[in-house]
Amino acid sequence: MEEIFNLFHGFAVVLQPYNIMVMAIGILLGVIIGVLPGLGGANGVAILLPLTFSMSPTSAIIMLSCIYWGALFGGAITSVLFNIPGEPWSVATTFDGHPMAQQGRAGEALTAAFTSSFIGALFSVVVITLVAPLVASFALRFGPAEQFGVYFLAFASFIGLSKEPPMKTVAAMMMGFALGAVGLDQMTGQLRLTFGFTPLLSGFDFLIAVIGLFGIGEILLTMEEGLRFKGRAAVINPKVVWETWKTLPKFWMTYARSCVIGCWMGITPAGATPASFMSYGIAKRLSKNGRNFGNGEIEGVVAPETAAHAAGKAALLPMLALGVPGSPTAAVLLGGLLIWGLQPGPMLFIEHKEFVWGLIASMYMGNVFGLLIVLTCVPFFAAILRIPFPIIAPIILVFCAIGSYSVHNNVFDVMMMMVFGVLGYFLKKTNYPLAPLVLAIVLGDKAEESFRQSLLASQGSLGIFFSNGLVGTIMVLGFIALFWSLIQEAWSRFRPATAA
Amino acid sequence: MSEESKATHPSGPSHRSVEIGVAIGLILFALIVIAGSLQVGVTWAADGPRAGFFPFYCGLFVLVASCINLYNAIQDPGGGLFAEWGQLGQVVSVVIPAGIYVALVPSLGMYVASALLIAVFMKWIGKYGWLMVAAVPVPVMIATFLIFEKWFLVPLPKGPLEEFLGY
Amino acid sequence: MKSSFYRYSLALAGLGAAAMLAPSMPAQAAWEPTRPVEFIIPAGTGGGADQMARTIQGIVSKHNLMKQPILPINKSGGAGGEGFLDVKGSDGNPHKIIITLSNLFTTPLATGIPFNWKDITPVAMLALDEFVLWVNAEKPYKNVKEYIDAAKAANGTFKMAGTGAKQEDQIITEAVQKSSGAKFIYIPQKGGGAVAVQLVGNHVDSTVNNPIEAVSHWRGGKLRPLCVFDGQPMPHKEQVADGKAWSDIPTCKSQGLDMEYLMLRGIFTTPGASKEVVDFYIDLFKKVRATPEWEAFMKSGAFNTTFMTGDAFVKWVAAAEKTHMGLMKDAGFLAK
Repeated sequence: MEEIFNLFHGFAVVLQPYNIMVMAIGILLGVIIGVLPGLGGANGVAILLPLTFSMSPTSAIIMLSCIYWGALFGGAITSVLFNIPGEPWSVATTFDGHPMAQQGRAGEALTAAFTSSFIGALFSVVVITLVAPLVASFALRFGPAEQFGVYFLAFASFIGLSKEPPMKTVAAMMMGFALGAVGLDQMTGQLRLTFGFTPLLSGFDFLIAVIGLFGIGEILLTMEEGLRFKGRAAVINPKVVWETWKTLPKFWMTYARSCVIGCWMGITPAGATPASFMSYGIAKRLSKNGRNFGNGEIEGVVAPETAAHAAGKAALLPMLALGVPGSPTAAVLLGGLLIWGLQPGPMLFIEHKEFVWGLIASMYMGNVFGLLIVLTCVPFFAAILRIPFPIIAPIILVFCAIGSYSVHNNVFDVMMMMVFGVLGYFLKKTNYPLAPLVLAIVLGDKAEESFRQSLLASQGSLGIFFSNGLVGTIMVLGFIALFWSLIQEAWSRFRPATAA
Repeated sequence: MSEESKATHPSGPSHRSVEIGVAIGLILFALIVIAGSLQVGVTWAADGPRAGFFPFYCGLFVLVASCINLYNAIQDPGGGLFAEWGQLGQVVSVVIPAGIYVALVPSLGMYVASALLIAVFMKWIGKYGWLMVAAVPVPVMIATFLIFEKWFLVPLPKGPLEEFLGY
Repeated sequence: MKSSFYRYSLALAGLGAAAMLAPSMPAQAAWEPTRPVEFIIPAGTGGGADQMARTIQGIVSKHNLMKQPILPINKSGGAGGEGFLDVKGSDGNPHKIIITLSNLFTTPLATGIPFNWKDITPVAMLALDEFVLWVNAEKPYKNVKEYIDAAKAANGTFKMAGTGAKQEDQIITEAVQKSSGAKFIYIPQKGGGAVAVQLVGNHVDSTVNNPIEAVSHWRGGKLRPLCVFDGQPMPHKEQVADGKAWSDIPTCKSQGLDMEYLMLRGIFTTPGASKEVVDFYIDLFKKVRATPEWEAFMKSGAFNTTFMTGDAFVKWVAAAEKTHMGLMKDAGFLAK
C-alpha cells in the first residue's frame, strides 16, 4: 500500500506544469536522437546532462529519462523506413518492419512498433512499481554462469530454424563471433586478431557492422533493382493508426510473451538487444504465421519492439537499486545521479523516496506522452519515403557515415562500414543469413566473457552451468530452444503412433 | 528479381561463380582468424580457455562450412544469373562515389565531402538540374552541422572550409 | 612547465587556498580555446574516470569557467589504448585533453601498444583514487587477519573480482597474494559497479573497489570495508555507515598487508603543447577544484585530494611508472 501512496505522490510531482514541459522536450529530443544514427541515447543524455544542472534533480532525471524513452521509440523509425537500425535493439524490428515499408505499409509498421513499445514499457513499469525490492534481489542472483545461461538462451531461441542452407548459417554466425572477438580480450588483457593494426584495437562495433550490412547493403540492392524504394507507393492515410490498432488485439499472446521475456531480460540484466532477438525468435516458432516471418508480418514487428522496451524499462531498476547500469545510456544517467549527490544503490529507495517515485511516475507519464507524440508523427515519417531515391539515398549514406564515425570518432570505421555494405550485398544475394551474424557480433564477446568468468570461478569445471536450480533451468530451456525443431519433429512422429 | 531480367538480355556473372567467390573469400577470412588466434594461444589452460580459444574454433567452423559451401557451389550446375551487367553497373555507380567520399572525409571534412557526395549523386544518378543540385546538399549539411556541432556537441571531422570559418 | 611558480603540491591544502591562488594567474598568459575542447576518456561510460570527466564538464559549464564547451569523448578500445594513441597522434592540437587512470601505465605495458606517458604533455594531477578491500557483510571475517586466514583455509578457491585484466585491481590482487601468502582466483569484470554487485550477490569473496563504487552497498549494509591500500587512513571524517567514517578504515599496512596503491586521476594534453596552453588548463582545473560541486564529488568518493602540476607532477608520474613496471614484472603481466 505504501508503494501506491508513494506513486501517487510521484504523480503529483510529475504533473507539475514545469515537469510536463520538461517531459515533452525530453521525448522530442529523444526521438531526434533515436532517428539520427550517430546520436545514440547515451550520447544525447551525456551531452544534455550539464544543461540539466540548473533544474531540480527530479526534473532533471525526468528530462533525461524521457530522452532515453524517446530514443527507444525513435530507433524503430529508421529501422522500418530504411532498414537502418538507429539503435542496437531495433535490429530485429527491421526483419519484418522494412519489408512492410517496401510493401507500402510503413504507417502500419510504425504504428505497430510504437504501440508495442508502449505496451512493453508499461508492463515493465507496472512490474517495477509492484515488486521493485523483490526484483532487485532476484537480479543479485545472477553471477557469471547465470549470465552465460541467459545469453545462451537468447541465442538458442533465435537460431534453430532458418530458411537458409544450414552451412551458410553456420558460416555467417561463426564469422560474427570471430569479428566480435577482435580487439582486447577482457579476460587476459591481451590483444587478439589485431595484427598490430591500431584501428583494430577497439574491435568491430556492432553498430558499424549493422549500418553497413543492413543500411548500405539495402541501398546497393535498391540500386540493382532500379533505383527506388518500393515503399514509394505508400498512400499516406491519416487513419492508419486507428486501422492498425484494430488488428493488434489478436496478437495478445505475442504481447504477453514478449512482455515477460523483455522484462526478465531487462532485470537479469542482459539488456534490450538480446531480448528483442529472443522474442522475435520465439514468436517466429510459436506463431501461426511463423513461416511468413521476414516477409512483412506485423507480428514480427510487435514481438521485438514489445520485448525491447519492456527490457529497456526493466533495466533501469537494477541500475537504481544496485548501481549497475544495464546499458551505456543508463551508465551516463547513473553518472548524472552522482553529480546531483544521489548515490544509486539500495539506500536510494530509502533516502530519496520522492526522487525514485517521481522517476517511476515519469515512466508512466513519459510513455503516454511519447506514444502520443510519435503516433501523431507517423504519417509524416511515412512521407519521408516519398522523397526521390537519388536525393534520399546519398543523404542516408551520409548519415550512415556520420553514425559509423561517431561510434569511436574514427574514420577507419566509416571505411569498415562501406566494406560491410558491399559484403552485405553479396551475402544477401547468395543466401547467407545476416541476422545470426549480427546477433553473434552483439552477444559473442559478452557470452564468451561470462563463460570464461564462470570457468575461472569453477576452476575449469563445466559443471558450474548446472550447479544450481536457476542456472540449470536456464541452460535446459536453452537446449530445448536450440533443438526445438528436432523435438517438434519427434513429437509429431510420436503423436500419430500413439493415436493409431 | 532475376525472373524479370531473364526476359530481356540475360548477360552477367553467373550465380555459381559469385557463390564460389564468396566461399573463397570466407575461407581466406577464416584462415586469417585462425592465424591470429594461434598467435595468442588456443589451448585450454588450467583456468579455462585462453584468449585465442574461441576465435580459433569460430575460424575453424567458418573454414569447414565454407569448404562445404564451396563444394556445393562447384557441384551446382544451375545457370542462373547473379545479376545483369547493367544492374551491377548501377551498384558500382554507388560504391565508387561512396568509396571516394570515404577517402575524402579526412582531408575535406565530413560536411564538405558529404555535400559533394549528395550533389554528385543527384546530378549523376538522379539527372537533376543544377538548381536542384545546389538547393539540396548545402542546406542539408548546414542543418547537420547545427545539429551535431552546435546542439549535440558531437565533433565530426572538419576540413579546410571549417578551419577557414573558424571552427 | 618550467615555471617554478606552481612547483609545489597543494597536497590536502584545502580548496580555499586553491581558490585564492587561481585569480593570481598572470594575465599575459592569454591563450584561450577558440573551439570546443575534446576531453578524451580512455575508459567506458559509467566508470570512475568517466564520472569525473563528466562532473568536470558539468562544473565548467555551470560556472562558466571557459568560453568554449568541453566535450567528453569515450575512447575505451584496447583498455584505453585507443584514447592514448588518439592524443599522441594529435600533435599540436591544443583543444584536446585526456583524463588518465592507471591504464596510462598498465595498458602499454600489458599490450605492447606504442605509447608511453612521455609522448603526451602532463598538465595536472586532479586527485588520487583510493582502493579499499571489501567483503560481503554476511561473511564472518571482521578484519584483515581473519580474512587472510579464511582465504588460506579456502586453499586457492577464494575469488577476487576486479575491473579488467592486468590492470590496477589485478595488480593489487597479485600484491595481496605476495604479501599474505594466500592464493586467489582473480575474475575480471567489465566495470567497477559490476564488480561490487558480484560481491553483494556473493558470487565472489572479496573486491578492491574504489570507495565511490561500493559506498552505497556499504551504507545498505551489504558490504564491509576491511582496509585501505594507502599510507595513511583516509581523511574524510563524516559518518558513512554503521557508525563508521572513511577515516575509521585502517590502512592495509597496519593490518599486515604490505601494499600501498593509489590511482592517478590526472590530466594530460597533446604532444608539443606550449606553456601558455598548459597554464590555461592548470588555471582552469584550479577553478574547477574551488567549486562546491567538486568538493562534494571528492567527499562522496573519499578521494585523496592531492593536486600537483609542473615538475612535481612529472616526477610523481615517473615514479608511478617505475612502480607499475616493477609490480607488473613481478606478476608476469608484461607484454611479450
